[in-house]
Amino acid sequence: MSKMIDLSKEADEFLKKIEELSGEKITSCIQCGICSGSCPMINEMDLTPAQIMLMTLLGQKEELLKSKSIWICASCYTCTVRCPRELDLSKVAEALRQVKLRLSIDRIDINKMDKADLEELPPIALVSAFRKFTG
Amino acid sequence: MVKKDIMEEIAKANKSVIKGVDKKDIEHWATIYIMGKAYRVPADLTIMQAMEYAGYKFIRSCGCRAGFCGACSTIYRLKGDYKLQTAMACQTRVEDGMYLVQLPFSPAEKPIYDIDTVEYEENSFLKYFPEIARCVSCNTCTKACPQDLEVMDFIQAALRGDFKKVAELSFDCIQCGLCAIRCPAEIVQYNVAQFGRIMYGKYGFKENEFLEKRVTEIKEGKFDKEFKRLLSLSGNKIVDVYKKQQATKSKYLKKGGKK
Amino acid sequence: MKIPYYPGCTLKTKAKNFERSSIAVAEMLGVELVELPKWNCCGVVHSLTSDDLIHHLAPIRNLVRVQEMNEEKLVEDEFRLVTLCSMCYNTLKRSNLRFIENYEEREKINSIMEREEDYKGNVKVVHFLEILRDIGYDKISDKIKKPLDKLKIAVYYGCNLLRPKEVGIDDPENPDILETLFESLGAEVTLFPYKKMCCGSYQTVLDKESVADLTYNILSNAKEHHAEIVVTSCPLCAFNLDNRQEIVRSKHSEFKAIPVVYFSQLMALAFGLNIEICGFDSNYISALPLLKKKGYLKNK
Repeated sequence: MSKMIDLSKEADEFLKKIEELSGEKITSCIQCGICSGSCPMINEMDLTPAQIMLMTLLGQKEELLKSKSIWICASCYTCTVRCPRELDLSKVAEALRQVKLRLSIDRIDINKMDKADLEELPPIALVSAFRKFTG
Repeated sequence: MVKKDIMEEIAKANKSVIKGVDKKDIEHWATIYIMGKAYRVPADLTIMQAMEYAGYKFIRSCGCRAGFCGACSTIYRLKGDYKLQTAMACQTRVEDGMYLVQLPFSPAEKPIYDIDTVEYEENSFLKYFPEIARCVSCNTCTKACPQDLEVMDFIQAALRGDFKKVAELSFDCIQCGLCAIRCPAEIVQYNVAQFGRIMYGKYGFKENEFLEKRVTEIKEGKFDKEFKRLLSLSGNKIVDVYKKQQATKSKYLKKGGKK
Repeated sequence: MKIPYYPGCTLKTKAKNFERSSIAVAEMLGVELVELPKWNCCGVVHSLTSDDLIHHLAPIRNLVRVQEMNEEKLVEDEFRLVTLCSMCYNTLKRSNLRFIENYEEREKINSIMEREEDYKGNVKVVHFLEILRDIGYDKISDKIKKPLDKLKIAVYYGCNLLRPKEVGIDDPENPDILETLFESLGAEVTLFPYKKMCCGSYQTVLDKESVADLTYNILSNAKEHHAEIVVTSCPLCAFNLDNRQEIVRSKHSEFKAIPVVYFSQLMALAFGLNIEICGFDSNYISALPLLKKKGYLKNK
């Protein structure tokens, strides 16, 4: 006897949107967990990369968009080179971040940044952080 | 009645542009759309004059009328063209089918800095204008600049702390704000540029040795006698001296600066 | 040999010593790095969403400059663009690949750039380490004046030099390009399992504590394998591993600072270049006490 999971229309649409933005076929994830085992930021994460993949598959938009993990990902591509299904998880994380950023919900408030940090940080850090954390 | 007087005043003011041409002799007319409403105006007026011709009275968005103050930023589109154009209303002639609106003001944030205490360092721009790190190099600012400045390039120079380049590339900025209005990264380019010029002027610019020499000469009293003489002259005499000096100067300049 | 060179923002500001030493090293090997006459920030991180084109404008504009340099005869038929920074390398190269492969998107980018000459897709982005590899390590060995044989060096790759596969300059899981380089300079390169583990990258802006934790793990690993100095090829890795040691030391009192330098700084030292060109005094943790102890600064 087989059981089928029926996605709601909304969940299905979210999955499609992330697949489109990331260009990755999320349904091909086999949940092997290599991504989670490889992630250097895992200690800081509330959802593991593998969980993110599964929850995206199930269209769990709200939980994903409020998770810390999508912002903790540093786009180091370690999972990307190791995924046996050749999925690029960094693109999935970017797609999830973009869903929020495109609604004008920034992760970092540039106005409130510490002046001493601005003086110390090299441009390479500021440019990349603003690209990842502001829309 | 009052309105008619104003119109006559404006017609008079426009004489400088449509010199010697009577209204009935105007052959070329253009139709422009100001905030959606069509007006027929003489084709050789500037946007600013044309708006006045159409009955608008400027209390904002108008300053020097000579392309220097940057108050009359205008955005427009031409019929059949998808491009959004930018211009200074006092410097641009109307074109047929122009849809336009004046920007009375460009909202902009200017950080407070004390130039006596600001560090003249590579990260100084980022400290006061961190948003420049959001520049995506789209070049929209450069395209919007009515002064044809390379706006994107001086923002990029600011990002790498190159005060000299910022000052040089932005030298002719009139702070009209059109770049800031168009920027997708929400940078206020003209305030960044002003900071760059002020800082370069104070810390980066090498003082001219002749200036120092002349200041010493003045202090040592080299010109005291001449000053005394000038101050003792009557008004008319001073005018004469001035005219004479100007004549010598123009002769000198004609010779290409050679004595 | 003249090659177009893209410096990137950080090498012009916070890491001038990296640039200075690299240019001097290149010169010693007969390579003139000709800076693009005009360039803009590459954006540092490659834009990863499929529908976003605007963030590729920045890298592609820089590639157009290489075409212009060839037209203006600033270089002779040289379409390689050299970078010194791993992140610039990654961003420029990935955008380049995307628009070489996708003609339709390239046309779109060209039309958005409008005033710019069209990008023809003929530029090749390379990292300076690849140029060194092409020159040949025996030729590099020939230039040595002060062999690095008194130093135990850990080489750190970080992410953007190796990953993803299509842009990596070496095997993403088992690279050895830096090891080979430093062995050819006479150094003892230590085992360093964490050599390609991420330093936290741009998280250093939002969460310096977690970056300091990663720095602690990475550097402790290097020290466990008896490294005395760490070499990197990315200015952001260099910042995180070097400057974030301040936080590491406040959290772990037993942690002893270890210098983190750019590969070109040690190359300049090995080539016997002036110590000012090496620029060790601009790093946060100075390598000078170590180098002095090892006798590299005797003549100063």
